[in-house]
Amino acid sequence: MAFEGLSERLQSALSKLRGKGKVSESDVKAAMREVRLALLEADVNFKVVKDFVARVSERAVGQEVMKSLTPGQQVIKVVNEELTQLMGGQQSKLDLSSKPSVIMMVGLQGAGKTTTTGKLAHHLKKQNKHPLLVAGDVYRPAAIRQLEVLGDQIGLPVFSLGDQENPVEIAERGVAQAKEEGNDVVLIDTAGRLHVDETMMDELKAIREKVEPDEILLVVDAMTGQDAVNVAESFHQEMALTGVVLTKLDGDTRGGAALSVKSVTDCPVKFAGMGEKVDALEPFHPERMASRILGMGDVLTLIEKAEANVDEEKAKDLERKMRTQQFTFDDFLEQMDQVRNMGPLDELLGMMPGMGQMKGMKNLQVDEKQLTKVEAIIRSMTREEKQHPEVINASRRKRIAAGSGTTVQDVNRLIKQFSDMKKMMKRFSSMSKGKKKKGFGGGFKFPFMQ
Amino acid sequence: MSFFKRLKESVSKTTESVTQKFKDGLSKTSSSLVGAMDSVFSRNRIDEELFEELEDVLIGADVGVQTTMEIVDRLRSEVKQRKVKDPADLQPLLSEILVEMLQGDDRDTAMNLKADGLSIILFVGVNGVGKTTTIGKLAHQYRQEGKRVILAAGDTFRAGAIEQLEVWGERVGVDVIRHQAGSDPAAVIYDGIQAAKARGADILLCDTAGRLHSKVNLMEELKKVYRVIQREVPEAPHETLLVLDSTTGQNALQQAKWFNEATRLSGIVLTKMDGTAKGGIAVAIRRELSIPVKWIGLGEKLDDLQPFDAEQFVHALFVQAIEKEEEA
Repeated sequence: MAFEGLSERLQSALSKLRGKGKVSESDVKAAMREVRLALLEADVNFKVVKDFVARVSERAVGQEVMKSLTPGQQVIKVVNEELTQLMGGQQSKLDLSSKPSVIMMVGLQGAGKTTTTGKLAHHLKKQNKHPLLVAGDVYRPAAIRQLEVLGDQIGLPVFSLGDQENPVEIAERGVAQAKEEGNDVVLIDTAGRLHVDETMMDELKAIREKVEPDEILLVVDAMTGQDAVNVAESFHQEMALTGVVLTKLDGDTRGGAALSVKSVTDCPVKFAGMGEKVDALEPFHPERMASRILGMGDVLTLIEKAEANVDEEKAKDLERKMRTQQFTFDDFLEQMDQVRNMGPLDELLGMMPGMGQMKGMKNLQVDEKQLTKVEAIIRSMTREEKQHPEVINASRRKRIAAGSGTTVQDVNRLIKQFSDMKKMMKRFSSMSKGKKKKGFGGGFKFPFMQ
Repeated sequence: MSFFKRLKESVSKTTESVTQKFKDGLSKTSSSLVGAMDSVFSRNRIDEELFEELEDVLIGADVGVQTTMEIVDRLRSEVKQRKVKDPADLQPLLSEILVEMLQGDDRDTAMNLKADGLSIILFVGVNGVGKTTTIGKLAHQYRQEGKRVILAAGDTFRAGAIEQLEVWGERVGVDVIRHQAGSDPAAVIYDGIQAAKARGADILLCDTAGRLHSKVNLMEELKKVYRVIQREVPEAPHETLLVLDSTTGQNALQQAKWFNEATRLSGIVLTKMDGTAKGGIAVAIRRELSIPVKWIGLGEKLDDLQPFDAEQFVHALFVQAIEKEEEA
């Protein structure tokens, strides 16, 4: 999950304060030393770290914190607030008021501009916009082809004049075509370039003058080290950026750039790329990110994802089935599909509050292949078997295993898990009727967890 | 004799054009470092404040917290031992430590290729570091040396990646072995090996898709590619190079660690050093995992990819200080 290393270090630094009735100045100091190292190792710019630690320390030893009943919690609250502030305070949205709105993507080589252009277009399409993609990277071999393939995948038009034309000309004619065809957003992909390359930066400026973009987004690789702020600063000086898109924020990137860029350039981070698929782009919410970093989860994003991807009718139906114990393998399969649509499972788990501390969850590897296996097993069952799993006897198990290319052990495991799950649902539904019990049933695991 | 002098003499043994390439390519890096260093070394005396400021400079160059601590500690003890008083004298000392750390135990950063017969080089790395471009440039250089080169388009995932390698193949004039997009990369590499054997190639350069080192499935896929190469040519791959974007921060250590676990890295290609990136992470990787940098990307031109040379590298970084010392 994003920010993993940072999250872990910060939480361990702060855990010593949690629950303390009294926090001395030296406690805070010790914690801040660790916070400082955690941030530095996460590639947060060293100047930003200095300011951040100074601000938090000052507030943490202040009256309101020290005199409160739970000073430890208060310090964590201060860190949370300052982290949020560092990342820009609140979500910053795209300005799409003009028709068409022109968005220009700029950045270093390999930051992920072309992929992000595709992802952003997909994101806008889901909001009922009709974007036109403009292939302005004429330098990298096959960059235009890459954008065309992406356009194909998401079902959006791509404007291209091949790689012999001038990028300024391409951008201009692209916008003109959008006006003609009634596209309400134009996304211009540009070639990667070094911020210190004057000729190439001049080319960007020429494009800007011709098409007057509403948004100029700098695409930054979240794995970038201390140089991230230099890059962002120069691009901002030359181009007057309107925002930043962080890419590759999945995996174990510590995402220091996310924390530095805004405070150095004052350009808000608007989106974050979190995976390889075209739908793996999220609007960037500083307050949610801060609480994710501090292990407080991000339930809001989780709910939004669920709302966007889960069919309400079906969900209600499922819920009824769970309550009335009619849950079958068919329902199980459907539920699995819906969860999968929401995004990579490890990302989803990272958004659950407290998941970071949960035993065994830390190094949890969600293997998507395992899901495919489960799916194969269920699809190898007859209709009767899916509806009434109790009929599955030894010979049926053998057949199912052969049919799904798995082993009888795999089939057994799944059936066992399925019946455990049903038992748990029973407990849940009796719980919601009666008084609430504590905790999320003991050793239960989804079948796709290892 | 100051280490600067020794460095200069050692560097002058290689050809002038190489030295110039390092100097030009690293000029942006050097000039942004010099500003920060100047303020450190122009202090009045050597004290804790100076060391702290130096720590900031090194951390700012992506050297990382732990490696920075080690460097500064070594500098401290050198200062004590040699009784250094003048802050300006710290520069040669620092450059000496850096060269030592970058060279590691063995000085051999040369490519381990077979004199005759097929050598296979596998390129791995996360997305967007410049794997395909690096392969293009290396293919060009080996062609110039008169070697028979074949490229295998193992990045079957990213849109346009195969086409990108094909453009390179045409530009450089070498064959590219390819399958459809989305096909099994191990199968492409297998075919690449068969073609290389059949056509009597000297060098097979294998491209792979960029992948985050934390994605288990993708790393398993890479292991399979590695196994296929090992099975087909027992002592291969002769080189497995991690391509690393020099702007990468501390995450590069994780990259090196996990890729090393999956494919046993033999070296690193440090790309995009012509920007303002300091590439300090190379020092940390050398220290913690003892994987040497073998190539360094100093610009966009075909021959801007140079064999890495720790002395040239440090010389280019400190070139202004070295010239100043000579004038004095």
